[in-house]
Amino acid sequence: MIKKNSWVQIKKIILKPEERTGNLPEATKQVPFVMWVKGFLLEDAMLNSEVLIKTITGRNESGILVCENPSYMHTYGEFVPEILEIDRIVKTELFGGDSFE
Amino acid sequence: MNSSYDAVMSRKNEIMKSSVGINYDLYESDYISFDFEAMMSDCGFSLDEVRKIQNENGVGNTPLKECKNISALARKNAKPGYGARIFIKDEALNDSGSFKARRASMACYQAKKLGFKGVIAATSGNYGAAVASQAAKYGLKCIIVQECYDSLGVGQPEIIEKARACEAYGAEVVQLSVGPELFYKFLLLLEETKYFNASLYTPYGVMGIESLGAELIEDCIKQTGKTPEMVVCTNAGGGNLTGTARGILKTTDKKIEIVGASVNLKGLHMANDIDFNKKSFTTGHTGFGLPFMINPDRSDVPRSAGRPLRYIDRYVTVNQGEVFFITETLSALEGIERGPAGNTSLAAAFSLARELKEDQIIIVQETEYTSAGKHHQAQLAFARKNGINIFFGNPEDEIPGQSIVFPKTVDLIRAKDLDLISIKKKFIQFQMTKTKKLNNKDIQFLIEETNTDKGFVMNEIRNYNVELEEIDG
Repeated sequence: MIKKNSWVQIKKIILKPEERTGNLPEATKQVPFVMWVKGFLLEDAMLNSEVLIKTITGRNESGILVCENPSYMHTYGEFVPEILEIDRIVKTELFGGDSFE
Repeated sequence: MNSSYDAVMSRKNEIMKSSVGINYDLYESDYISFDFEAMMSDCGFSLDEVRKIQNENGVGNTPLKECKNISALARKNAKPGYGARIFIKDEALNDSGSFKARRASMACYQAKKLGFKGVIAATSGNYGAAVASQAAKYGLKCIIVQECYDSLGVGQPEIIEKARACEAYGAEVVQLSVGPELFYKFLLLLEETKYFNASLYTPYGVMGIESLGAELIEDCIKQTGKTPEMVVCTNAGGGNLTGTARGILKTTDKKIEIVGASVNLKGLHMANDIDFNKKSFTTGHTGFGLPFMINPDRSDVPRSAGRPLRYIDRYVTVNQGEVFFITETLSALEGIERGPAGNTSLAAAFSLARELKEDQIIIVQETEYTSAGKHHQAQLAFARKNGINIFFGNPEDEIPGQSIVFPKTVDLIRAKDLDLISIKKKFIQFQMTKTKKLNNKDIQFLIEETNTDKGFVMNEIRNYNVELEEIDG
């Protein structure tokens, strides 16, 4: 159970595949048009249930409750070693062969 | 009120009119004419007023920095005596971290002045953070509408970072899956909230950049005693190039070559749910640059104030691998860590510098902030996870959506010229789909929009079945 007034994220299908606009690429035509938005939960609710929230600008939106306290999980990603090779190429070219020693 | 897709789209014009306070009908006449200059001047801000508003709100007066090591590297790959001095205008140092603060500042100022309670912008990029940041200063509510995830809820790290930044500045972020129906939700939100449409493409969004054009000329004269030969602008929707060029024209009589640069994303469809996460650049690419140049009025307002064909002298593309390479080079050789999208024009400038002499000057007119998600390391890691093949070779072999090719050697960084004449012809072709008749004013409009002459336009319209009224000569 997630408590009323918790900060949550909801998900809502805005247009089903058959309601989407024409002239879309095949891959897009086959999937629904979906919205995610965050706000304060207006009533106690279970995860994955249909809920109403109040967004930070004070609007009401309804949708499926997908997450409590949604986090920012993006990072610098897994290391890409080729980046070191770029440094080697440009430093060697500009400063000479021993710039990495 | 009926909120079905068709019903909302049919109310588009009235929603637009009340949400930007501009009656676009006033500037349309004859068969296809549109009075761009009248629309810009009716908005009532002089360049000095723009600068004053921006200076008071954390925007503008960014440093112009000479990239001496990058210039030296370009010279190593140029004919003797060639290899221009490369400068960057470090726009990452605006509040919110990009030149988009200039655009947002004027939109938010105007929204406040007209008494709107809030602002809405449809953007997945730096503009969202810029609007949110400026809205915070004016005490305006703010909603940013993002195309963010594919249908599985997977999003580009860059866009997710932007959502975080917008929320940090107090905005509500409405995140959507891939598709042009974003515009439908955008209209619904405008109708529901009655907020100001802080579109990138209103006159405010473009005049805000004129200060950038003015500053870079003034800074360059102050630091070097002369004007630059070339200014390179990353080009997507066209507003950046338009505003910068207009600011330059208002500041100097000297002829300065205006070059647009976009990342080549040929073959990737912008509205494709699968292609969405196969690209490593969410802006500054040809997927926006070309369609917006051929039809600038495809934006989120009835008439766009970004009209790049009026000002562009040359349009080049660079590959994703080249931009990532030069982004890392900026860190490694200049000690300046910035985001990749803003470095699109730096990659182009690095290549173009070899065409100019050593004492000539190229200015790259923007940089953008970087951070987790918005860093080239994050973008490359995400690409690799999505099956993109990343390797060293010839960037010409890069296939957007399949590979990212870093140049094996520095001399392989080569900006490619696009054929501007054929783009101008396509612009005219699109205009001809709108009418079967033209008059003198329409011809003049086409001349101004394509920055050509009567001979070019008359020769081109002969290819179409249009009736000419009152044509003299």
